[in-house]
Amino acid sequence: MDFNGSDTLPGPRTEDHLPHTAQAAVKLVIVGGFGVGKTTMVGSVSEIRPLTTEETMTQAGIGVDDDYGSESKTATTVAMDFGRISITDKLVLYLFGTPGQERFWFLWNRLFEGALGAVVLVDTRRLEVSFDVMGRLEERGVPFVVAVNSFPDAPRHPVGELRTALDLAPEIPIIECDVRRRASSKDVLMTLMRFLHSLALSGSLS
Amino acid sequence: MTPPRRRRRQTERPSSPQPPEPADGEEPGSLERLYTIAGSADGARAELDLVTLIVARSAPPPTASPEQAAVLRLSAAPLSVAELSAYLRLPFSAMTVLITELIAAEMVQARASIARQALPDRSLLEAVMHGLQRL
Repeated sequence: MDFNGSDTLPGPRTEDHLPHTAQAAVKLVIVGGFGVGKTTMVGSVSEIRPLTTEETMTQAGIGVDDDYGSESKTATTVAMDFGRISITDKLVLYLFGTPGQERFWFLWNRLFEGALGAVVLVDTRRLEVSFDVMGRLEERGVPFVVAVNSFPDAPRHPVGELRTALDLAPEIPIIECDVRRRASSKDVLMTLMRFLHSLALSGSLS
Repeated sequence: MTPPRRRRRQTERPSSPQPPEPADGEEPGSLERLYTIAGSADGARAELDLVTLIVARSAPPPTASPEQAAVLRLSAAPLSVAELSAYLRLPFSAMTVLITELIAAEMVQARASIARQALPDRSLLEAVMHGLQRL
């Protein structure tokens, strides 16, 4: 393993330390195309400045990269930005932003393992980017809500029209948001949590 | 303007072969498959997750390697594997190998992450909601 001590980031600031009572953590995933605002959303609610963890896949023949030089080993590095919210002195919530494109799905087994649920962040200028993501989440049985990030120049569609376009079941919440605003990002997360809670109450979460 | 419409994914996708999905949710070729951790409460093997909290059991001993010492210093207070990976600029898979060595050497403790449950505990969901409301 290469380890270059001079290449490390400064460690957590004193105020970034979790209390010693912190026992467990849960995670939510924000998934969407590039530039849709995942990192902005993480940053707007996180108590730490967003950090980046990387994962590298160096393996030939994984499948998703077959279109790109299948003769040589492919190396795909994906950076995931994440943030943190302390829930209680024992419980911590982590938010991970991950790109939605199919070539990054190799990350998903680990990322969604144990995740409570997901936010699909949508840009109405590039709605189709989210189609495969939602299909994939449905296949994996990951409960999600759809958050439409309101870019000023983006076409506005009534929620009903979006629901039809996205082929979403009526119970799946769609919420408009401005992820630059903490209150708006918090609303999205609360919408997801209320949805998960309703699924737990009805016992239909699988 | 009418938005584009999603078409449901078909079960057969010959144009984009999917990697085989290992039964236990690990991706192929990952390192930590070789390094699982024994000793969770129910005796099952626990694997390190991005959000597993790591806590140092002691200050770095003189015998610790530089990278081990860095982990021990950072995890003097609980810190997730993801945060360690970010601060040390190590990919997650390399980070888990390093932490697994430290666990085996009893230099750090991995606090039990909340196990995947078909039905998340309602009280857990409610705790998260209450926490978010205070934001």
